[in-house]
Amino acid sequence: MDYNWNWAVLFQEPYLGWLLSGLQWTLLVAIAAWVIAFVVGSAVGILRTVPNRLVRTLAAAYVELFRNIPLLVQLFVWYFVVPELLPEDLGLWVKRDMPNPEYVTAVVALGAYTAARVAEQVRSGIQTIGKDLVNAGLAIGLTPLQNYLYIRLPISYRIIVPPLTSEFLTIFKNSSLALTIGVLELTAQARQIENYTFQGFEAFTAATVLYLVITLLVVLLMRLIDQKTRIPGSVGAN
Amino acid sequence: MGDFDFQVIIESLPFLFDGLLISFQLTFLALIAGLAWGTILAVMRIWGPAPLRWFSAVYVNIFRSIPLILVIFWFYFLVPLLIGRPVGNFTSALIAFSLFEAAYYAEIMRAGLNSVSRGQVYAGLAIGLSPRQNLQYVILPQAFRNMIPVLLTQAIILFQDTSLVYVVALSDFMTSASVVAKVEGRLAEMYLFAALVYFVICFSGSLLVKHLQKKKVA
Amino acid sequence: MIKIDNIDKWYDDFHVLKGCSLEVERGEVIVICGPSGSGKSTLIKCVNALEPVDSGRIVVEETDVTARGTKLPLVRARIGMVFQHFELFPHKTVIENLMMGQIKVLKRSREAAREKAESLLKRVGLADQAQKYPSALSGGQQQRVAIARALAMDPIAMCFDEPTSALDPEMISEVLDVMVELAKEGMTMMVVTHEMGFARRVARRVVFMDQGEVKEIADTDTFFRNPETDRAKEFLSKILAH
Repeated sequence: MDYNWNWAVLFQEPYLGWLLSGLQWTLLVAIAAWVIAFVVGSAVGILRTVPNRLVRTLAAAYVELFRNIPLLVQLFVWYFVVPELLPEDLGLWVKRDMPNPEYVTAVVALGAYTAARVAEQVRSGIQTIGKDLVNAGLAIGLTPLQNYLYIRLPISYRIIVPPLTSEFLTIFKNSSLALTIGVLELTAQARQIENYTFQGFEAFTAATVLYLVITLLVVLLMRLIDQKTRIPGSVGAN
Repeated sequence: MGDFDFQVIIESLPFLFDGLLISFQLTFLALIAGLAWGTILAVMRIWGPAPLRWFSAVYVNIFRSIPLILVIFWFYFLVPLLIGRPVGNFTSALIAFSLFEAAYYAEIMRAGLNSVSRGQVYAGLAIGLSPRQNLQYVILPQAFRNMIPVLLTQAIILFQDTSLVYVVALSDFMTSASVVAKVEGRLAEMYLFAALVYFVICFSGSLLVKHLQKKKVA
Repeated sequence: MIKIDNIDKWYDDFHVLKGCSLEVERGEVIVICGPSGSGKSTLIKCVNALEPVDSGRIVVEETDVTARGTKLPLVRARIGMVFQHFELFPHKTVIENLMMGQIKVLKRSREAAREKAESLLKRVGLADQAQKYPSALSGGQQQRVAIARALAMDPIAMCFDEPTSALDPEMISEVLDVMVELAKEGMTMMVVTHEMGFARRVARRVVFMDQGEVKEIADTDTFFRNPETDRAKEFLSKILAH
């Protein structure tokens, strides 16, 4: 292999700055998208468990729609197509005046996509609760809404902390797709450093290590949260 | 949006179809290679000696922690360097997908093998099967049956993921659609059509998975 | 006080309750027994509308449980329910399990709810377990907490759905003792159980169900000495044989 190693390039300006700025954008996309994914995903997941058949079907349709189209295609539809479909004034505003359109689009697309996955976790969390435990809440006179608020949701969310963690890590990794519409996140910056310096090995290694470190930190943090909030007696508790 | 142009879609169908074939080809080959390598990794992880167990765990965790796009870039850069001459972007993408998917298949395999209860393992041994026979006739058939829906779901995800070869301009279905979109200036038509095609294929796949899961329960 | 009038219920094509009728008077203890799958658990869950009926009427103290527009939470709060698998809320401590309904449904103050909860825990012999989570308790203890949770709502009647069938044998009596005491205090009770000793001791009448039908309603003595139907005879001989 014929290759000129130069690890120092990673610590030279402007390349170090590029990497850090890339990391920052990766986190900004991931965290903002997660907020959307968590809120929308929870709502859709809960709606999939309500008695009303029409509501359940609509929620299921959301999940199927967003799960069965590649994220890249969704991203392009949000970026190139949706502004055309909006009412004229709003469409114009999105195209002309909306600040940082690439970032906003990436966040919305990633959030809406991941919401479908979060919804499935929330639904399965709610549905693992036995029928008689649900009955027990109703039997002491809780309304169905109260039963969701005080019994079904608190138990479900604590069960699904581990799968939600992996959904967050997925969103963190998927934020790299934002580069296709011009967000200079971590992967894009590594690619850019390769293009400028031909030190691809060093640049991609730096990005890989940064992704690994963040993943590790998230996993450790969530393990801590999982242990602290775990319902005594549930699977894995000690 | 009043002037939605179906004509541009119809005219580009042959070109798009070639792209779709590339997507299927990539999915199919990466599936086979990923499954094979993933099985080896899972077996190493469960039954291998310490260094192999360790290698498998590190491999799987690294690949599962980084974005697929980064892996595609890695191998687009690395493969020509290692081989010493340029290779097509299909080859480098295929290697990237195979190695990346293997990490996910390894975890599915491991979960599947571990899903067979200890009672079943004991029961097999108790009727006099050798450990190898027990693996062949009792453990693997059950593990595989438990895994089929998950493996299929992962294949659907893989098919969706192949769209990411867009970043190295390999002319799969997605890239072809975007080429037409830009050349003809018909972004809405092409991206909505791409979304529809992917949806029909992946939704059919997921219906099949649901059907298999129901059969398993019955 | 509880009037079940000719109710029918289907699960898809399965006719789980066929024209069941039963009246329970204030202060009466009724034991419902029958082979598994006979519909007894479903029947008892219809009383507080955890299971909706397809036809017929159930009236609890002038409130038609089966009517549209009935405020079910208020009805349910007045009927205590004890489940086969306890169904304590796993994310709440024992005392919080007893306080939740009082605070959220009856709108009692935290202090009042806590006081009531403590006195009930004392009554079922678990005052020292108040701060533990349900999973730290034995099955028998959990079921006693579940009874206390139901009593915390000051119910006018109690329904028990096989309250001892998920318990290890040595824990059955501690739960039955609580139930016997409750019966002696004059609580109206509907109990689905196979504990025939309990039935003999406290039940005024026994209901025998089979294949979704109420086959027999008899005074306890009569039922055990001289059951009317062959199915009941057969059932009794099987259940009393061991």
